[in-house]
Amino acid sequence: MKESTIMKIHYGTALASVGLVAVHILMRLTTGFADSLSYENVLANYRSVPYVIMLELILILLAVHGFNGLRVILLELKQGRVYEKAVSYGSMVGMIVLIGYGSRTIIMTNMGMT
Amino acid sequence: MTEDEHREGIKGMANPGRYGIERIAYLLMRLTGLGLLGYFIAHVYETSNILRGRMGWDDFLAMTQTTEGHIFLVLVIGMCVFHTGNGIRIMLGHGGVGVGAPARPDYPYQPASQNYRHKIGIYSSIVLAAVAMMYGMAVMFGE
Amino acid sequence: MAQVSSIADEQASTPLSSPKSILLRISKFNPKLDESSKFMEFTVSYQKWTTVLEAILDVKKHFDHSVAVRYSCRQATCGSCGMMINGKPKLACFTKISELDSDVVTVEPMNNFPVIRDLTVGFEKLFEKHQKIQPYLIRDDSELESDEREFLQSPQEVEQYIQFANCIKCGLCNSACPTMATDSSFVGPQALAQAYRYVADSRDKGKDTRLNIIDESHGIWRCHFAGSCSQVCPKGVDPAMGIQFLRGYLLGFRS
Ligand code: HEM
Ligand code: HEM
Ligand code: SF4
Ligand code: FES
Repeated sequence: MKESTIMKIHYGTALASVGLVAVHILMRLTTGFADSLSYENVLANYRSVPYVIMLELILILLAVHGFNGLRVILLELKQGRVYEKAVSYGSMVGMIVLIGYGSRTIIMTNMGMT
Repeated sequence: MTEDEHREGIKGMANPGRYGIERIAYLLMRLTGLGLLGYFIAHVYETSNILRGRMGWDDFLAMTQTTEGHIFLVLVIGMCVFHTGNGIRIMLGHGGVGVGAPARPDYPYQPASQNYRHKIGIYSSIVLAAVAMMYGMAVMFGE
Repeated sequence: MAQVSSIADEQASTPLSSPKSILLRISKFNPKLDESSKFMEFTVSYQKWTTVLEAILDVKKHFDHSVAVRYSCRQATCGSCGMMINGKPKLACFTKISELDSDVVTVEPMNNFPVIRDLTVGFEKLFEKHQKIQPYLIRDDSELESDEREFLQSPQEVEQYIQFANCIKCGLCNSACPTMATDSSFVGPQALAQAYRYVADSRDKGKDTRLNIIDESHGIWRCHFAGSCSQVCPKGVDPAMGIQFLRGYLLGFRS
């Protein structure tokens, strides 16, 4: 992929998640912090389809953004053909594993498999 | 390679002392980005405990329901707000917004891109982060 | 003999009797012979107008001729005398001791450039990156071929790039840049600012070619707008501004 395409994705994912993360955090702070984290509440959250879509979106957007950010930092830290390949593929794998693992939680909980 | 080329290395990259608030923002952006990524990964792991039922969830939740846990979460909120605020400033700058206009240079050559607009952007991100942290603290410790 | 020494006295830019003096610490290092760099210390007197370069030349003249320093114009035009002065990259000929506000002045070779000897560093890579962005007007015809007339520009069109054309290739910006501190493949602020200098020139038609050259994994995207380049540039080039404008094209903010 062209570097400009990658960085457009980096900025795009950042912009798209601004509002979503704000909602996510403010939900805790405005509904009584401890309450919002209680098992019943969280489970109810995970059962609500619109909310779960938001969680999945945050998960995908920020996994892409965060691991690309890590790739950028590592690319600038050290150079070399093998190293750079390892960094690129490594961050890709990290991204996919994190999305996979998080989606597993979201899907299984949403379908009531707890 | 780095040795022959006499590069400053990580110490030089991370040294925020010499080049003003813009360089401090650069460092904070990196640190908060990495910090948030670390938190994010831990967070996705943490929430997966819901699959272990009420016991599993409550076990894990206990970790954040301590004073240290609350301070940690407040830090996360602060990092998130600074990274977001400064990130928006940087994206605008990267598009060429607010970086001044080219002109005939004149002594003492004040660089127009290092201007008050972007400095205000940095300071407000820091202030916003501080306010958000205080709000978070009030909510978490106020209960 | 007496005459010879009196000539030397006359030529000394700062008479030894001048009232103020500083401790000048000069980094000595020969990569071919030495394991690590050492500092040599000299007490140098100075006037309000004495530059760091003049102080170093004083040392060469009176104390140690072996100090390696590169200079030519002595007026911030040739770009040869960049060095770390009390920890920041500056032109030695453009920095007055009096404005440093310190009793100790430490001079070291510029960061992020290979050391040739003492205060001189190699510019091969700087020039290589500079050439890489094709620092010349790109178009199909030329003034020489068309016998109608020269390419005209309005004063406003000149203003779009003249600031960036001020670059003297001194390398201070590359030395201050945080990405340059660890990334040996990065094109660097000097070359990026020059890419913008030509893209912004109304006579140039090479925008797409240049944008393509800098759109790679160690190209323009490794700039994070920390601005240190602009803060140290002695000619008001403001590389950071040029780089963000250049990136504006790639992000679709400008066309
Ligand atoms: C939602 C609001 C966010 C915005 C607006 C945002 C914006 C940005 C921007 C513009 C950059 C590029 C900085 C540069 O080029 O210097 C960046 C870098 C980065 N971001 Fe974010 N980001 C956000 C959230 C996050 C989150 C939640 C994480 C963690 C998962 C994260 C991780 C990173 C990392 C690791 C970097 C690389 C650091 C660097 O290059 O300085 N970001 N972010
Ligand atoms: C004070 C800070 C935070 C608290 C207390 C918190 C709490 C929670 C809770 C309780 C859940 C379970 C679902 C729900 O009830 O909403 C959750 C899920 C999630 N949170 Fe957070 N969160 C915080 C910050 C963040 C931040 C900063 C991010 C983004 C970087 C984030 C991203 C996510 C994601 C992606 C999920 C879904 C994970 C999954 O199910 O795999 N959270 N969070
Ligand atoms: S942009 Fe400024 S600091 Fe960089 S090489 Fe040109 S004149 Fe020197
Ligand atoms: S001697 Fe020419 S720039 Fe300093």
